[in-house]
Amino acid sequence: MANKLISQMGLPPSLSHVFSARNILTAKDALSLPETDLMTLLDIDIALVRSAVASISEATCPPFQTGLALLEEKMKSGGHLSTLLPGLDNALCGGIPFGALTELVGPSGIGKTQFCLKLALLAALPECYGGLNGRVIYIDTESKFSSRRMIEIGEGSFPQIFRLQGLAQKMAERIIVTRPTSISEFNDSLQQMKLTLLQNEVKLLIVDSIAALVCWDNEKGTISSRQSPLRGSLSFLKSIAEFSQVPVVVTNQVRSHSSDDTFHYIFKGHRKDTSNSERSESHLTAALGIQWAHAVTIRLIFEAHSGHRFIKVAKSPISPPVAFPFVVESSGITLLNQEGISVAGSEINAIRCKGCNILTQ
Amino acid sequence: MEISNLPISPSIRSKLLSKGYTSLSSLSSISPSFLAQELSVKLEEAVEVLRAVSDTTTSKSAHTPNGIIPGAVTAWDMLSEEQMQRHISTGCEDLDAILGGGIHCKEVTEVGGVPGIGKTQLGIQLAVNVQIPVEYGGLGGKAVYIDTEGSFMAERAYQIAEGCIYDILDKFPSNSREFLSCKERLQVNNFLAGIFYFRICSYTEQIAVINYLENFLTEHGDVKLVIIDSVTFHFRQDFDDLAQRTRVLGGLSLRLMKLSKMFNLAVVLLNQVTTKFTDGSFQLTLALGDSWSHSCTNRIILHWNGNERCAYIEKSPSVPSASAPYLVTGKGIRGINSNFKRARIM
Repeated sequence: MANKLISQMGLPPSLSHVFSARNILTAKDALSLPETDLMTLLDIDIALVRSAVASISEATCPPFQTGLALLEEKMKSGGHLSTLLPGLDNALCGGIPFGALTELVGPSGIGKTQFCLKLALLAALPECYGGLNGRVIYIDTESKFSSRRMIEIGEGSFPQIFRLQGLAQKMAERIIVTRPTSISEFNDSLQQMKLTLLQNEVKLLIVDSIAALVCWDNEKGTISSRQSPLRGSLSFLKSIAEFSQVPVVVTNQVRSHSSDDTFHYIFKGHRKDTSNSERSESHLTAALGIQWAHAVTIRLIFEAHSGHRFIKVAKSPISPPVAFPFVVESSGITLLNQEGISVAGSEINAIRCKGCNILTQ
Repeated sequence: MEISNLPISPSIRSKLLSKGYTSLSSLSSISPSFLAQELSVKLEEAVEVLRAVSDTTTSKSAHTPNGIIPGAVTAWDMLSEEQMQRHISTGCEDLDAILGGGIHCKEVTEVGGVPGIGKTQLGIQLAVNVQIPVEYGGLGGKAVYIDTEGSFMAERAYQIAEGCIYDILDKFPSNSREFLSCKERLQVNNFLAGIFYFRICSYTEQIAVINYLENFLTEHGDVKLVIIDSVTFHFRQDFDDLAQRTRVLGGLSLRLMKLSKMFNLAVVLLNQVTTKFTDGSFQLTLALGDSWSHSCTNRIILHWNGNERCAYIEKSPSVPSASAPYLVTGKGIRGINSNFKRARIM
């Protein structure tokens, strides 16, 4: 919509001629400038500028829907990819939502890729078995995708299905794995995907992991420290999700949480809270910073403490803050407790990694 | 105002100056045809110039109660108007109390906080609460929800509307005739149909929708709340020229303020946080910079206070800075002291 051409907006011909003469061709060019700048640039008076901007805005503005229409649309299209983990599905009102960005974050080795493999399988399964009957695009930046492990998960979770002749091969053929080696390659494949997502019946997009792309660029030293290199890809990823209504699952890494990271608001003053600093030493924090944390719609934190592993629903517009203990078995991830443990307060955002390291036991 | 400040095109302005017309008084008694001949421009253009001149010099024939400045109102009139003004309840009584009743109409309120604190929840709650009928203490208006991040979930809006209606019927169990007609309007589907949802995918579309709102609001006169969730997202992604960004944002905030005054509605902007280096360390602050922080009338920061969610009024012209705790429950935003049987944290 931003790149809509002014010449196609039905403005009076003399006016659109003036715009194109000054090289203002798209809505983006026209609306990025304040009205007085446009007036000076185009050499027309302010009333004409105002009416032109109003017409361009009306043409560029997306149509509105009522909340009721949105809900009915969601009901019709299902709206969720069930994870087959009843507790998690309940908490997320059905499963991983379509059209939104879901993030899985946790320390290495905790089970994020296992979760992704199972999701890929679930999306590829035919609808009669609870799947989405579609293709899956798996963007694998750390070379962690293992088809053998995925088939093993399949055989463990749906033994009767996978013994059928050729079904395993059919499922595996629906999962497309790509391994970009830089952010620009990643962006290129995203661009190409936008066109083909609907045509090729892709029902799930997984990026495992997105933090690795940023790390590579950091090493090359090509970016300034304050601005994230993922800026363009982030909004593009979100718009792909919205546009094609597929679930997008992204994996993120963790980094250690130094005391400098406990930021406070200015109005809170400089309080030296000793209890906080004790906790923060054992905390990890999600990589990619606070801007990324704002951008994802749902954040599932995978953590380990007291000898168990937990999946926590940390950020979600439709779920209460709960944690589910889980284990990783041959059939993938299984929840040990379907009701979930309610987590109060800001604990829900903490990531811990104690008690699952063999060297410390 | 001098000729150089008139809102006319630069080429006509330079022609006027080159012909010796340097002040407005020099144009006061000239006929359009004479001017057209002098400047060698078309007659219509000369008429436009003279109209621009007369617009700036003659006083508007608007209601002038004090006869001093056209279009101004006295403070007493404003006070009487404000006292009749209803506010939009946030769902939490403590927060409503420190806000002076709730979110004010005719003002722009900014709400910011870290991810997961409940900004979108508050946005959806307000979009539902604005629709509470006047007989039950609400505004009986509709809401425009401009979503830039895709965080609006229709199922959650359904839950919140359901919770709101349940609490109203609980609080006003009267079955008298005047309430019966309103009760029919208290349907969840009606509340959902009263939210106009725009999904914005770039900052161009964001600017376009705010420009288009004037027409939209003229058509839909019962809208009493405009929410933008969040105003920051696209401006942090693709804008490279920060100075231009500040100018564009300034234009947007002026336009929103004008809309709120013109149509007597409340504008609520949800903002993200970022870190800023002040006093030798990094501090949390709302995004979009220092110039933006002046644009909004009121500013509320949602933050964690230990294990509690709190709302802090950082900036308001009419109420003092204060904090109030709130909960995000299955039914929406509620206060700490609401009946524990109902305000069950899921």
